[in-house]
This record gives sequence, C-alpha cells and structure tokens, in this order.
Amino acid sequence: MDNALASTSFAVASERPESTTARPLVNAKSTPMNGKILSIEALTVSFDGFKAVDGLDMSIDENELRVVIGPNGAGKTTLLDMICGKTKPTSGSIRFRGTELGKLSDYQIVRLGVGRKFQTPSIYEDLTVAENLEISIPQVHGVWASIFFRRSKEVRERIGYVAEEIMLKDHLRMKSGKLSHGQKQWLEIGLLLMQDSDLMLLDEPVAGMSPREREETAELLKRIANGKSLVVIEHDMDFVRSIAKKVTVLHQGRLLSEGSVEEVQNDPRVIEVYLGH
Amino acid sequence: MTFRRGNQAPRRKAVIPAAISIEETFVTFGIFVMQLFNGLSLFTILLLMALGLAIVFGLMGVINMAHGEIMAMGAYTTYLTASFIEHHLPGLMGVYLFIAILLAFAVTFAFGYVLERGFIRWFYHRPLDTLLATWGLSLILQQTYRSVFGAQEVSVPLTTWLSGAWEPTETIQLPLNRIFIVALTILVTLGVWYILHKTRWGLRARAVTQNRAMSSAVGIDTNRVDALIFALGSGLAGIAGSVFTMVGSTNPGTGQLYIVDSFIVVVFGGVASLLGTAASSFLIAQMQTALEYLMSGSMAKVAILLLVITVLYFRPNGLFASKVRA
Amino acid sequence: MNISAKQGERFAHAGLALLLLGLLPLALGPYWLNLVGKYLAFSFVAVGIVLAWGYCGILSLGQGVFFGFGGYAMAMFLKLEASAPELPDFMVWSSVEKLPFWWEPYSSLTVTIASIFLVPIPVAFIFAYAIFRKRVSGVYFAIVTIALSMTLVVLNIGQQGETGGANGITDFSTLLGFDIINDAGKVAIYWVEVVLLLTATTLAALLLHSRFGKLLIAVRDREDRVRFSGFDTAMIKAFIFTVSAVLSSVGGAMFALQAGLVTPSLIGAVTSVELVIYAAVGGRLSVVGAVIGALLVGFMKSYLSEHFPEIWLFFLGGMFIFVVWVLPNGLADLFRKILRVKA
Repeated sequence: MDNALASTSFAVASERPESTTARPLVNAKSTPMNGKILSIEALTVSFDGFKAVDGLDMSIDENELRVVIGPNGAGKTTLLDMICGKTKPTSGSIRFRGTELGKLSDYQIVRLGVGRKFQTPSIYEDLTVAENLEISIPQVHGVWASIFFRRSKEVRERIGYVAEEIMLKDHLRMKSGKLSHGQKQWLEIGLLLMQDSDLMLLDEPVAGMSPREREETAELLKRIANGKSLVVIEHDMDFVRSIAKKVTVLHQGRLLSEGSVEEVQNDPRVIEVYLGH
Repeated sequence: MTFRRGNQAPRRKAVIPAAISIEETFVTFGIFVMQLFNGLSLFTILLLMALGLAIVFGLMGVINMAHGEIMAMGAYTTYLTASFIEHHLPGLMGVYLFIAILLAFAVTFAFGYVLERGFIRWFYHRPLDTLLATWGLSLILQQTYRSVFGAQEVSVPLTTWLSGAWEPTETIQLPLNRIFIVALTILVTLGVWYILHKTRWGLRARAVTQNRAMSSAVGIDTNRVDALIFALGSGLAGIAGSVFTMVGSTNPGTGQLYIVDSFIVVVFGGVASLLGTAASSFLIAQMQTALEYLMSGSMAKVAILLLVITVLYFRPNGLFASKVRA
Repeated sequence: MNISAKQGERFAHAGLALLLLGLLPLALGPYWLNLVGKYLAFSFVAVGIVLAWGYCGILSLGQGVFFGFGGYAMAMFLKLEASAPELPDFMVWSSVEKLPFWWEPYSSLTVTIASIFLVPIPVAFIFAYAIFRKRVSGVYFAIVTIALSMTLVVLNIGQQGETGGANGITDFSTLLGFDIINDAGKVAIYWVEVVLLLTATTLAALLLHSRFGKLLIAVRDREDRVRFSGFDTAMIKAFIFTVSAVLSSVGGAMFALQAGLVTPSLIGAVTSVELVIYAAVGGRLSVVGAVIGALLVGFMKSYLSEHFPEIWLFFLGGMFIFVVWVLPNGLADLFRKILRVKA
C-alpha cells in the first residue's frame, strides 16, 4: 500500500466510488484516440461578435507537457476556460479521452480528470495548507460523505506526500493566506495533484516567482508530467525552454505555429507577430 | 370629469360581455388607454428610482438599501418647499414645482456626495456588508422623518395648471399632472443618458467603473468620480421623490415601498444597461397595473415576482444584458 | 491567558449550557424566563444565519419566511385546539364556512411537529438549488429572498379568512390540554426549547468541524476553485441553506409557544433583516455568539421599544452600521481578543 501511495500514480488505497461509476460511462462512449488525451476541432467562441478563439484545431498526447504561448489577447486563457467548462464554446468540439466536454458543467469535467490552475493563485486563504489539500481529495464530492469524512491514515499519508512534492511539507498547519506568492502557486498545483487530474491546465504557474522558485517549479512540472498530461500557458521564454518539448503558438484566436521551441522561435510568422508591428 | 389622487386606478371588476357593441368597444378601448396611462405613472417613479440605482449598483456595484429613504428625502424637500412658498411667497405657487424639483435634486445630490465620502467608500468590495450598513442607515433616516414630520402622511397642494385632465375622447381622461411627470421622466432619462454617454465626465465615470487602476494611472481622480456617480444616483432618487408627491402622499415609510421593486427592476433589466432599466420599469409597471385590474393587489405582486424570478432563471444577467466574457 | 481556538470554543459552548441550564432558570422568574425564551426562539435563526452567511457567504434576507412557517404551523395547531369543535374565530368573522384543506393536517400534533421539521427541507432545497445552479449569489440572492418575504407577507395579509390576516393567529392557551400560559407551562416550554437549542448549537459546531465545514469556508472564499475541484457547489450551498431554513422553522414554532401569537410581521423583510443583525452582533463566525447576540439584541429591543420607542430604530440602525464598520466579527471576536484566543 505504501508503495502505491508513493508512486506517481497518485492512487488512493481507499475506494473510489465516483471514479468507478464515472469511468465506465466514459469508456462506453469513448472512441480510440490513438494516444491522444485531448483533441480539439474547429473550436470557436465569440463574445458579442468578437472571436476570442477562432476555428482552432489541436490535440494533446497522453503524458505530454505542452506549452501554449502567444501575445496578449491570443486566446490562451479563453482556450483553457473552454476546456475546463468555465466558458462555453460557440461551436466546435473538445474531446477528452473521447468524451465531448462542451455539454458538461465544470465540476463534471473536473470529475472526468481535467484540473485547472488559475492565473492568480486561487486557494482557500482561511484554511491551513493541510485543509486545502484535504478538500481537494477527489473521491468525496457529496455533502453527506463530506460531513462524515474521516481523516484516515491513507488520507494523511497522501496529504503528506503531495505536500512534500510541492515543497510545503513544513507548512501543513499554516493558514495558506500567510504563504508567499510562489508557495501559493505551488499549493494550487498541489490541489490539482490531490485531485488526481490526468490532464492539468496551468495558467502562468510561475508568474510572480523568484528565479530560484522558477527552477524548482520547472523541476516539479517535469516530475508531474511523468504520468500526466499538462498544458501550460507561459510568457517567460527561459522557463518555456526549460520545460517544453512542444510549443503551440496562438495569435488572434488561431493556431499560428506548432513544434519544438527552436522551430517556433525560428518560424518567420512567429517572429512577425512578436516583433513585427 | 373626475380627478383622482393616489396612484391607484379606480378598481373595476373585469367583465367580459357576451356581445360587444360599438359603444362598448369604445368604452373598453377607453379603459385600456386609461389602464396604460395608470401604468405610466407607476412607470415614471420606478424608472426614476431605478435609474439612480442602476447607476449606483450597476456602475459602482454598491447596493444602497437607503435609496428609498433618499427618495423620501426628495419628497419631504418638495413638501417643505411647497409649505414655505405657500406661506411666504404665494405668488410663486404656480411654479413652485420647478423650484422644488431642483431643490430636491440639490439636497439629495449633496447628501449622496457626503454619504459616499464619509460612509459608503469604507465598504467597497464588501457588498453584503454595504447592504446591511445601508439598511441600518435607512432605519435611522426613517426614524428621523418620523421624529421631524410625524408618522402621518403629508401631501403638497396641487398646482392649478396641472389639475384637470385632457380628454381626447369621451371615455379617455388623461390627468394633466401625469402627462407632466411622464414628460419630466423622459427628459431626465435622456439627460442621464446624455451625461453618461456624451460628456467627458460620463466617459471618465465609465472608465473608472471599468478599470479603476488604469483610470487612476491616466490621471482621473477616481475618488471624486465615485462620489459624483453616487451623488448623481441619489439626486435621481430625489427627483423621483419630488415626482412622487404629485401622485401620492408621503410618510416615513414611503421609501421602503419602492426600494425592493426598484431593485427588481434593475436586476430584471440587466444591471448597467440604461435601456434595460427603462424597458424593465415599463414592463413591470404595466404588468403591475394590468394585473391589479384583473386580480387583487397582493396577487398581482405575487404574480409579478414569480414572473420576474422565472425570467431571471432563464436569463440570470437580466432581460437585456449582452453576453460578456466570463 | 493564552488558549487555543479549540479550547476557546469548548469554553464558549460550556458557558452557554451553564447559562441556559443553570444561571438563567435559577436567577429569573417565569415572566423573565418566558422573555428569554422568546429571544432564544430568534437565536435558532441566528445560528442558521451563522452557518449560511458567516461560513458559506449566503446572505438570506428571507429567513423570516421559514420562521413564520414554523410559527404559523404551531399556531394553527394550537388555534384548532383552542377553538375545537368550532372553526377558529377569525374564519367565522370572515364567513369562511369550512376549514381550508391545508389547515386539516394541523389538527394532529404529530403531523404539526413533523411538518415543522420536514416541510422546509424540500421547499428550501429546491428553491436554493435552482437559484444557486444558475450562479445567482451574493446581493442578488439577498434581493430575491427579501422580495419573496415581502411578497409572502402581502399574500398572507390578503387571505384574511384563512390566515388571520394582519392580526395573525392569537388566543390560544393550551397544548394537548396542558396550560402553556401559566407559570409552570412557561417554564416547561423553556426547558424544551433550551434542550433543542443546545442540540442545535452542538450539531452546528460538529458540522463546522467536519470536512464539510471546511468546504463551506472554501465555497465562501473561492467558489470557483471548489467547482474546479469537482464539487457541485450549488448542492453544498443549497444544503446549508436548507439546514438554516429548518433551524428557522423550529425557532418559529418555539416563538409561537412562547409568545402566544403569530403575526405576518414575523415573515416580513424587517424581521428577516433584523435576524441577520442578531447573528452579526454576536459574531457571524460564532455559533455561541449568535445565541448571545439574539439574547442581547432581543432584550435591548424589548427594553427600548417599551421605554423609548423613538430611540429603538436609531439604536438598531446604529448597530447595523457599528457592527459592520467597527466589529465585523461581532462580540465573539471581542471576547477572543480579550481572552487572547489564538486564531
């Protein structure tokens, strides 16, 4: 049991009632996706006629770490908003392991295994680090289950494991509002780890971090990516270079370029967008 | 010709005749027009109240439960002006209304300005606390009115040139004072629209409410703009109070009667949309008077509330809100 | 003195039990005990408001609706007993000839008590879940609830013959033949009420210490984040709103027994908002504080509105402003600071 907990699978030893009921449903509907965890087709959203994302096609492989870059207003955050159900697409399709996400509500999408980290750290400042992590345990989403929830040995071990992973082991009993900005960012990543999301959407995870914290975050993300898929929005090209194998460049809601860091940096269209004008 | 004070239509039982003669058609048509017109005077008060709220709540996100008491302040100002002119300058009685409206606006505008600077601004970003604190303020104002003016109703003399009715047909009588307040309301609404959308100040106000930090960075005194927006909203409530004295009499609880209705109007229309506010006051006022004609006043209120909740259930951002980025 | 938050809370609960079970019954005669009982009826609502507003950020200005429901349910039973085998007097005056069908269940005490606890559950839950699912919250929710309570008052007053109209339901004095007006009756009801109340405060404290209690805080502070952790936050909010509705209903029933009458004003917006200030004065984050707040404000209300009626509204209005401005977490916070309870 200890081995299972310590491995990167993040499986909890206790029952998984939510998952066991939800997953078969997914499998029943799913179509083979050739190792793709997410595939997006002709995705469009418009706000009062303004197309924030316009006919976008892209896909993410299982266990891939993808970085999305692009100038302001390129539609990066809106893209993540649509994947996780915060914004409903006007048209097009988003499929997660074969399940169409467009019609589901946000919390249902999360239960399928899609986690989202917001741009500004979004944690529960009035609760301790341990309580923050405890709330995010995925198996218990019901009201009654939460009331009669017991902090079992497995739960404590799992909280300890994730806390170590996000470098907050020594702060478990601290009110999370008192953490530094960088630590808050880590804690939010920790919430997603507790959630056991298979696809993690991270919006500028190193914003406001010191260079040292950035390095540690890069290491953290690389560790996570071993066994999960990540989509990371980032501006800092040094950071992008340190984590990314494949980069997607968005511009005005459309796909501009895709490839390795070197490829996109040498792509004349990308240079035009960033340096042109 | 009959003239009736108070904003209630003479209540008649709805009768559906088996066969309708031509005269009856005219009578029915007359009732219909009168009904529409009765709805209009409720509409004007709701609109003036709601305009102020739409500005304060819609633009600033401040919920002011004392808005109704500010309206009552306008009404009492009108009453005081009327009494003063009646006793000291009887020659001006013909135009006292114009003086009173200006005074009501000035008094409530000033009150709103002081209120924002000394009170409301401490509660920004705590909307529920603002609600409670302003509720407390409304209780204090109510008790103040009760102590100063007494618990009984006060009313103002009707200006002679506004008493009487315009009778386009035999069955239709449109009281002149109501025609006057409808015209006044339209004028005020257009004025607000002009101020917010066509003047430099309006541009600043909208800039501040959309992006405070940026507005401050380009040199707009955001504190002053906040205070002025709030003052303008209060001033509009003052005008609403002034208008109210022409169709009803004022007591310390008058404001409370309209505050929740006005909030419903604003929410129903979609906050931050002047056109929405206008359309929604019109709809709600017309429904209210029409339903009151058909059923009891209490059932009419229940019916409208259910209707509004149903509509909001399907359009949570209000009837006239546009889709915005989440 | 340095004590931990947990110890502090235990002291508070123990102190409350001591006060209600020991000090007050020993020190006060039946008249005063009855008055305390009346304020305690409001404290049920205040505890519900602490749960829903203090911990979950849901400000309902319509708690009077459920308070009124419980009160009317109890009063209907008592009234039927008082007037049996005739119709209640106000129905006779309004020439209602047959008992309205929705009165009939209330001739049984069992059904009455069951309905006080059970009827608010589906009503509050369905209403709240529908609204919260549409992401209507904050001040919008407050406005919807205040409008509802105002509307129900109008409706209630309008149906004079079936509800007693503006006069409400009065003139009853026995419960199953047992006199509730005399001293022994008043004291007995006080004990029943205190036991119910202490049960409620204990359960509320346990709820707040469970994982669900942490979830409430999480929903209050970061509802988005909770949804993106896979929770149906509308369900969480509707649940706690329902709990507070049941508490209000029980409080209303106790009020009817203590006061010997119910009136439409209990349902109204003014009562509903006043109830919020009871909780706010005691401390929106303290279950015990809410009870103490209800006792204090209730006492001030009786005293001031009797002796200085014109001052009462100034006082109440001032208290709204003072609590929000100076003491947002109420008296409980003041005590925490004095006793140096660690956060």
